[in-house]
Amino acid sequence: MTPFRYEKPADTAGAVEISRRAPAARYLAGGTNLVDLMRETIERPETLVDVSHLSGEIRDIDGGGLRIGAGVKNTAVAAHRSVRERYPLLTQAILSGASAQIRNMASVGGNIMQRTRCLYFYDDASRCNKREPGAGCDALQGFTRNHAILGGSASCVATHPSDMCVALAALDASVQLEGPRGARRSLNLTDLHRLPGNTPEIETGLQPGELITAVELHPNRFANRCSYRKVRDRASFAFALVSVAAALDLADDGSIREARLALGGVAHKPWRARTAEALLAGKQPAETQFRQAADAELSAARPLPHNAFKIELVKRVIVSSFVALAQRKEASA
Amino acid sequence: MHFAINGRSYDVELDIRTSLLDLLRDRLGLTGTKKGCDQGACGACTVLVHGERILSCLALAVQYQRREIMTIEGLGTPNALHPLQQGFIAHDGFQCGYCTPGQILSAVGLARELQNGVPSAVTANLTDDAVEVTADEVRERMSGNLCRCGAHNGIVEAVLEYLREPPETGAAR
Ligand SMILES: Cc1cc2nc3c(=O)[nH]c(=O)nc-3n(C[C@H](O)[C@H](O)[C@H](O)COP(=O)(O)OP(=O)(O)OC[C@H]3O[C@@H](n4cnc5c(N)ncnc54)[C@H](O)[C@@H]3O)c2cc1C
Ligand code: SF4
Ligand code: FES
Ligand code: FES
Repeated sequence: MTPFRYEKPADTAGAVEISRRAPAARYLAGGTNLVDLMRETIERPETLVDVSHLSGEIRDIDGGGLRIGAGVKNTAVAAHRSVRERYPLLTQAILSGASAQIRNMASVGGNIMQRTRCLYFYDDASRCNKREPGAGCDALQGFTRNHAILGGSASCVATHPSDMCVALAALDASVQLEGPRGARRSLNLTDLHRLPGNTPEIETGLQPGELITAVELHPNRFANRCSYRKVRDRASFAFALVSVAAALDLADDGSIREARLALGGVAHKPWRARTAEALLAGKQPAETQFRQAADAELSAARPLPHNAFKIELVKRVIVSSFVALAQRKEASA
Repeated sequence: MHFAINGRSYDVELDIRTSLLDLLRDRLGLTGTKKGCDQGACGACTVLVHGERILSCLALAVQYQRREIMTIEGLGTPNALHPLQQGFIAHDGFQCGYCTPGQILSAVGLARELQNGVPSAVTANLTDDAVEVTADEVRERMSGNLCRCGAHNGIVEAVLEYLREPPETGAAR
């Protein structure tokens, strides 16, 4: 690990100010991703700005939504009464990720900003455009089982590893940001992460020094019909090969008023499946409809040598998720 | 830097880069906490902070000053074992013992999470307050602790027994 200065600001404005002034500053929350990357010298910040004690509350917002502070631990979000009752999709997604110990440490902000688990990114003997722009990408000639099938580029085919973000994408969450001199803005989670293009080193739309302060969830009608399904190489404590966050809102006549779908493990960002959603709106919730929607969404998929299986796998998980959701009784949560 | 570990306080001068795990083992001689992978993947380094289980290998020590830290050395003594320590012996919950301190502290943290109604990925009904203690729940909730000797069956039995029959002695949780 390269040496760094450690700062613990009193508030978010102080945190942003320090990181504006200090060169090569990084926010530090739970450290479960950043400390690991620093130990591998893949991240070499000169200043660490500890934000783990900031933005630590969950509260209702006017109009029925929920505001979750960026510093709230993953366990606390998953276990929160309002999240479990109103956004069970988020609870399920968080609980499917990492281990209990890691969820006790990991924050909402850190989970959103965590970096890819591409093995070549982690191995500094490999070439990686994300680590070193222009160096090349060893994944392309390497083992690509865990890599992207959607939205990849000739520069990078890494995936975003978060489970939580897949649920947030499906729920249309917005992310609150604080920048230098008190500048605040809000970004939809689906617009926060980028596709790699020619600049895979730029992973998000955050400006230098911008701090995530909260995630906001809007009221929705999906609490009774939503699910997060994750397929992985072992039953627990493994990253997703593919994952599916699905939600349905059925009208009185049984047709689909609105469907939500987001996919994990398939792209450089949590993949909101808007093509499939649009095809399902107004339709009857029949298996053939779900299959057509999944086929349409995945028609843009470009498999790599070792991950073509992901295309059919994710389609099947989409279909079986929606079929199960459509069959649920209204009252059961 | 100032630390509170197992009810004792320590003042140490520390390289800012030191992990909580290296502080415990290399600087304070508390070698009960083990280093398996040093990257968050095995759980051998599990300790409790204010009763919550965390991984000390991914924790920078500087962030854990003045918090109540508990390691395996603070749980029981050879003459007065914690009920979980007894349970691990009774159920053959270990072979080489390397993962054991982490397993036991993880189970102590798990018990508290259950008391607080924290659900898991296998909890069927997320709106219930109480979680039913089953072998599946234990397996899922202990999945952050790997055992290379494959003592998992004994571990699950020992943890299940502890969770189902909370000791009346009121031993330190
Ligand atoms: C063994 C292992 C298994 C895992 N398995 C899974 C899994 O199955 N599913 C899954 O989803 N995740 C998994 N994870 C990843 C885990 O979820 C992340 O490491 C964690 O969420 C990061 O949160 P943190 O608070 O520890 O972030 P940190 O490590 O502190 O920070 C991560 C990044 O976020 C930035 N950051 C932190 N807070 C803010 C903020 N408020 N504003 C702006 N930037 C910020 C930091 O600068 C840093 O770049 C796993 C991790 C490990 C080690
Ligand atoms: S896929 Fe992306 S992260 Fe992985 S080696 Fe290539 S450029 Fe780096
Ligand atoms: S040593 Fe910390 S998880 Fe393996
Ligand atoms: S007892 Fe040997 S690793 Fe678990």
